[in-house]
This record gives sequence, C-alpha cells and structure tokens, in this order.
Amino acid sequence: MKVDHFLDATGLSCPMPIVKTRNAMKDINSGEILEVKTTDKGAKADLTAWTKSGGHELLEQTEIDNVLTFFIRKG
Amino acid sequence: MPVRIMKPQEVARYSIDKKPLFILDVRNEDAFTDWKIEGESIEYLNIPYFDLLDGVDDIKGKLPKDRDILVVCAKEGSSQMIAEMLSEEGIKVSYLEGGMKAWSEYLELVKVGTLKSGGELYQFVRLGKGCLSYMVIDAGKAAVIDATRMTDVFFNFAKEKGVTIEHVFDTHLHADHISGGRVIAEATGANYYLPSQDAEEVVFDYHKLADGLCITVGETSIEAVFSPGHTSGSTSFVVDEAYLLTGDILFIDSIGRPDLAGMADDWVGDLRTTLYNRYQQLSEDLLVLPAHFMEMKEVNVDGSVAMKLSTLFSENHGLQVEDENEFRTLVTENLPPQPNAYQEIRKTNMGVLTPDDETQREMEIGPNRCAVR
Repeated sequence: MKVDHFLDATGLSCPMPIVKTRNAMKDINSGEILEVKTTDKGAKADLTAWTKSGGHELLEQTEIDNVLTFFIRKG
Repeated sequence: MPVRIMKPQEVARYSIDKKPLFILDVRNEDAFTDWKIEGESIEYLNIPYFDLLDGVDDIKGKLPKDRDILVVCAKEGSSQMIAEMLSEEGIKVSYLEGGMKAWSEYLELVKVGTLKSGGELYQFVRLGKGCLSYMVIDAGKAAVIDATRMTDVFFNFAKEKGVTIEHVFDTHLHADHISGGRVIAEATGANYYLPSQDAEEVVFDYHKLADGLCITVGETSIEAVFSPGHTSGSTSFVVDEAYLLTGDILFIDSIGRPDLAGMADDWVGDLRTTLYNRYQQLSEDLLVLPAHFMEMKEVNVDGSVAMKLSTLFSENHGLQVEDENEFRTLVTENLPPQPNAYQEIRKTNMGVLTPDDETQREMEIGPNRCAVR
C-alpha cells in the first residue's frame, strides 16, 4: 500500500489519537492515505467509528505487539 | 464556569436513590448500546466525542436545565474534554472520574442483616456490572463469598471491622467476571472453596465444596447446598439458617443461564431440578441473595439486592413454568449474547491464564449477562 502521510500517536491516550488524526486529515488531500499508529486500545472502535462518520475509508487495521495501525483514505 | 469531577460513589447515590440525572455519554454508539450507567431516574444522550470536536453548539439545546448533567466516557479523557467545552459555553456539568472503567470497579457496601449471634452480613454491590459479593462477619472472623477482583475493598473492610478472613467461597467458576477469591485466600491464608465439578482444569490447590458441608464463622453456620444448573458444580449457601446465597442459579427477576461452559442442553435439566425440587425443600423464609442483578429495578431502596424465597416462588417468572419442555425451550432459546471475553475469564479463574491488571479490566468490560429472562 502506498502511504502518503504518517502519524505517530503511540503513547497518547483518548481522546488525543482521534484529535491528532482529525488534525492530520485536515492537511491532506482527498484520496490520499494516512497511516496512524496508536497504543490506545479504545482507538480500535473509536477510530473505526470516526472514520465512518467522517466519510473516510478504513482500508486496513492491524495489531502487532499492542500497537494498533490504521490505514485511512481521506474521503 | 469550573467543571466538577464526580466520583463513582456519588453516581451510585443518583442510581440507588433515584435522583434525577442527565448523562451525556460520549463513547461510540456500540459501546453505549452494549453497556451504560443504569438508573430509573437517569436520562441519556449518546453522542461520540469525536463528533463534538468542532464544537458543542449542536447539543446545547438538548441538555436539560432542571437536572444535574454528567459527561461519561470510557476512561475519563474524552469526557473531561467535552465537559470543559460545555463549561466554556456557560453550561454547568460534571464528568465521571475514571470513566466507565472506574464505574465498573466501584462497589457499594450494604449491610443486609444482623446474625443471630450478633454477627453481620454485608453485600458488596458492583453497580456497574451487576455483580454481588458477600462477607459474613462473626466474633472476629470473616468469610467472603463470590469476591470480585477488587480485593482491596475486602481487605480494607475486614481491617476496618477488625476481623480475619478465614474462609473464601466461590459458588461456581465465574464466566463474566474475574474472581478475587484466590488472591484473597493466598494473601490471608484462608481456605478457598470451589465446587470440584467446575474446577477440573484449575491449576491451584483448593478445598472441595460438597453438598451438606458446614463451615462456621464464629458461631454462624454456612451450609453448602449442591444446586447445579448454571454450571455443573454450582453450589448455594445457607447462612445462619436465614439467608440463601444462590450464586448464578436464581436471581430476583430471572434465573441462571446454563450455557456459559457450552453445555446448555445438558445442564438445563440440572437447572430445572435445582429450582423446582431442591429449592422447594428449603425454608420459604430464607432471604435470597444472588450473585448478580441485571436491572436497577432489582435493587431495593436501601441499595441491597435481596428478596424472600417465598416471594420469588410466586413472582419470579422463571419459577412459574409448570411444563418441563416449556422450561427447556424458555431456557435454551432465550439465551442473551455471551459476556465479553467469557472464555478468557473462565481460564483466568482456573489459573490457566494470568493476564495483567489492565488486560483484566478490558476483559470485564460490559454487562454480566448471566441470566435468561
């Protein structure tokens, strides 16, 4: 997957992963892909729901060694 | 306007005393639908915090002016942020300290009664998850039944009362919450009793519960009554010949489910026998004290969850089904979703898994779901 932008939100707790993702999304173009890394377990459901409600597309989500990675395409 | 921080024990007062409260729950919709702070006097609005990042203007008109407002989220962070945003708009709000995580762990202590010898029986009401634990106290000694993993609460209370915990019982191998029984027994040197039928895969030493086994705490008797059906080993306790601790077999407004160890069809017969034969042989004057409740309407005005066995025989609909086949259908075809992580919870209670504290918290998220209606 071709990733256009990367956001490291590891170590941050709710609501910061989403606040930062939202800010990062403002600066990128529609159709571009943002990769977000977080260690906040709550982000799994919240980022997924936020992506949907914001009109974006969650392409892939993985979990390795307690690090959650999201690939989101801007809508 | 400053934001107030509300502690779980304050929320408990709204919930038990039926004081009007408005909860703005800012978790995602699935989390809210699955599990929330319950209370007959509570009104709700669920809007995820991530839909409010641009401002709270859209919801200002939906907030009441005539009752206290509490913002709630999973762990605290998001509710604090939203509460501060509302406060900047001049709206008086509180947020829940520690979020739903803290609510899930809060135990409300209620004295159920004074025992014949002058001892006392206490109920620990886990409002957020509907779990009930008990402590029998007499002559400087204590027994704990169906302890939750918040073991400090039991240690601290025993210390406050100046009693030594000598016996720890679990009515069955729990599938909805992590038992604190083993930790309490190891820390105090108390005997830990489990039904052997439930404990085949347990990896630590324990004392076997058997029908008729009688333990005394000071001068107070605790008698085991074999009552399978929720699990194959489920055991009830008659305390001081006056109280019946039913575990997950009989609740106030429902009965136990037989499927959490994957054996619904096999165990429904046991459940039938326990409820319709075994319990019928006991004194109707016993005060039933279950291991769970499901709805706030099952909580008495004093915060306890307790009801006379005679009342349950006439009012609990799970005890009104004359036909055995109808009962079988009722129980096996009305099973609610299984509790969160119930397989991992069972393995943890067997000692097979040893998750860290944070993982244990995550495993217990959500309601208990041990009953069929």
